[in-house]
Amino acid sequence: MPHAGPQPVQDWTPELIQQAVDAHKDMPGAMLPILHAIQDRFGYIPEAAVPIIAESLRHTRAEVHGIISFYHHFRTQPSGSHVVQVCRAEACQAVGARQLEAHVKERLGVDYHHTSRDNEFTLEPVYCLGNCACGPSIRVDDDIHGRMDADKFDRLVDNLTTTAVEVK
Amino acid sequence: MTVTVYVPCDTTALALGANAVADALQQAAKAKGVDINLVRNGSRGLFWLEPLVEVETSEGRVAYGPVEASDVSGLVEAGLFEGKAEHPLAHGLTDEIPYLKKQQRLTFSRIGVTDPLSIEDYRAHHGFAGLENALNMDGQAIVDAVKDSGLRGRGGAAFPTGIKWQTVHDEPEGQKYIVCNADEGDSGTFADRLVMECDPYMLIEGMTIAGLAVGASQGYVYLRSEYPVAHRIFNEALDRAYRAGYLGRNIRGSGKHFDLEVRLGAGAYICGEETSLLDSLEGKRGMVRAKPPLPAIKGLFGRPTVVNNVLSLAAVPNILDQGAQAYADYGMGKSRGTLPMQLAGNVKRGGLVELAFGITLRELMDDFGGGTLSGRSLKAVQVGGPLGAYLPESQWDTPIDYEAFAEFGGVVGHGGVVMFDDTVDMGEQARFAMEFCSVESCGKCTPCRIGAVRGVEVIDRIRAGENADANLTLLTDLCETMVDGSLCAMGGMTPFPVQSVMKHFPNDLTRQKA
Repeated sequence: MPHAGPQPVQDWTPELIQQAVDAHKDMPGAMLPILHAIQDRFGYIPEAAVPIIAESLRHTRAEVHGIISFYHHFRTQPSGSHVVQVCRAEACQAVGARQLEAHVKERLGVDYHHTSRDNEFTLEPVYCLGNCACGPSIRVDDDIHGRMDADKFDRLVDNLTTTAVEVK
Repeated sequence: MTVTVYVPCDTTALALGANAVADALQQAAKAKGVDINLVRNGSRGLFWLEPLVEVETSEGRVAYGPVEASDVSGLVEAGLFEGKAEHPLAHGLTDEIPYLKKQQRLTFSRIGVTDPLSIEDYRAHHGFAGLENALNMDGQAIVDAVKDSGLRGRGGAAFPTGIKWQTVHDEPEGQKYIVCNADEGDSGTFADRLVMECDPYMLIEGMTIAGLAVGASQGYVYLRSEYPVAHRIFNEALDRAYRAGYLGRNIRGSGKHFDLEVRLGAGAYICGEETSLLDSLEGKRGMVRAKPPLPAIKGLFGRPTVVNNVLSLAAVPNILDQGAQAYADYGMGKSRGTLPMQLAGNVKRGGLVELAFGITLRELMDDFGGGTLSGRSLKAVQVGGPLGAYLPESQWDTPIDYEAFAEFGGVVGHGGVVMFDDTVDMGEQARFAMEFCSVESCGKCTPCRIGAVRGVEVIDRIRAGENADANLTLLTDLCETMVDGSLCAMGGMTPFPVQSVMKHFPNDLTRQKA
């Protein structure tokens, strides 16, 4: 099984957004599948997507906005090259997640919901990754890492930034 | 001769480097000229040994763990491919490891044994036997079997599954739905994830049986977006089940119809509450609905809907295969069958422990868990997720049983057990309970939406030593208001951990922060 890498993100156009909407709009309860499709493809849900979704699903723009803002998973700004999620839940707290959280913020130089200055990392909190017997846990893009500590995190960040340079 | 080697592919094994271990094993085999068949099996749920490498021998499977990629060459030199046990990481026969041997695995009988995506493997281990039986029964007979098994909802509410099914069964014919709640948001729980990653066909089979029982032709699994590995594996399993004729218009030539689809949540804890989940599936904000009407009568898109947790549905194939009585023979009192418990947090041997109801919390934490990971003394245990009380030592001899826990205001919930050593600041934990609720409340009812925010503020004042006594009284009142006045368990149970800290660890709450 290949390792999951950073999501390949494409630049959006109104036509591409409409295409993503049309591919899902006939499903019962199409809203979340549409929002996932847009975020998976473009990395976030651009403001311009709201009227397109509203028109296609016969909702008001306010309703669409209300749905997007309800769910922590959806973001309305582009992320950095990698999204780092730190588990804040109890099982990870019991093995040092609070200290890890402080270290991650310091290492990346940002608080939650912000992107590092070099645009490499967006930091988010998460409440449980289901790896509760081997915490503290973090998720980087689609990879989950267990028994995380400050040193391992620093090595991980170094590896990811090095790889990104090689790819470019 | 080909040697079969197993390296698990579940989230925990992957999070601890299983892919790198698999690569290293392939390379070592090539270098040694050994022909290996590398199977990516599910996890056995013995997480402190992950990645757990197994080698097939004439005596059975031999275990090595926890294996890091850098251990592989040493292990191979010590005879891993021959199944030799002369290495500090060798544990002998997997089935003889006491942690596994002492369990009563009914639901989890296959995990780690099989390749999760192999239908042949699944069938070779009783897979689809329950469905084959159900295809020859009428709906009422299936509902009766589930009732007779005594199965109660494993999501946390412990409502009898058979009675819920009966209600949906008795609604007039027409569009009905089976919805599986796989929004496993409680910290300390991973059993749903293990089902979907390590034995996905069991859930497909359980949902199909539920569909046949109540007359529903469409099922949805509502899976949390925090589980990317489960999403990938389960979707692949769905594809294969369709191709093999276990789903669709004409299941195994029976003329019966059941379609199944996975829908991803989007990071909202409240969507684990069943009515909020239904709103989310319908494409709305995940707001809690007032009950009645029950989802069994007006559920998804206003139609009769069975909403069951993954573990409830996963228990069904075994019941239909082995019979209701065989399941009901396990357990105590009104808690029949087995409960997959999950040992997590500061624990030496964390993992999945499936046992009949009735073992005490202390036995579970000592005999299976082996105490804390840090080696320090255990101070508090949270059972049942973020809305469960923190239990002090005086309560650790309680048997795990829905009624025994309810007696002192505890909840078994989804079976998650999170252990904390003596370095934990219980005041911080109480604050976190309120903070979590303030982040995750759906906002529909005032006690939850406003109460959680005020709860954080009051706890901060107490911890800062501001009018501590008056603020403790205020916190007591606030907790009562939330318990009595909230629409659902989110606001209604958030005070449980807070109240337990006030009662059992009061010094931690009033001790001023350094």
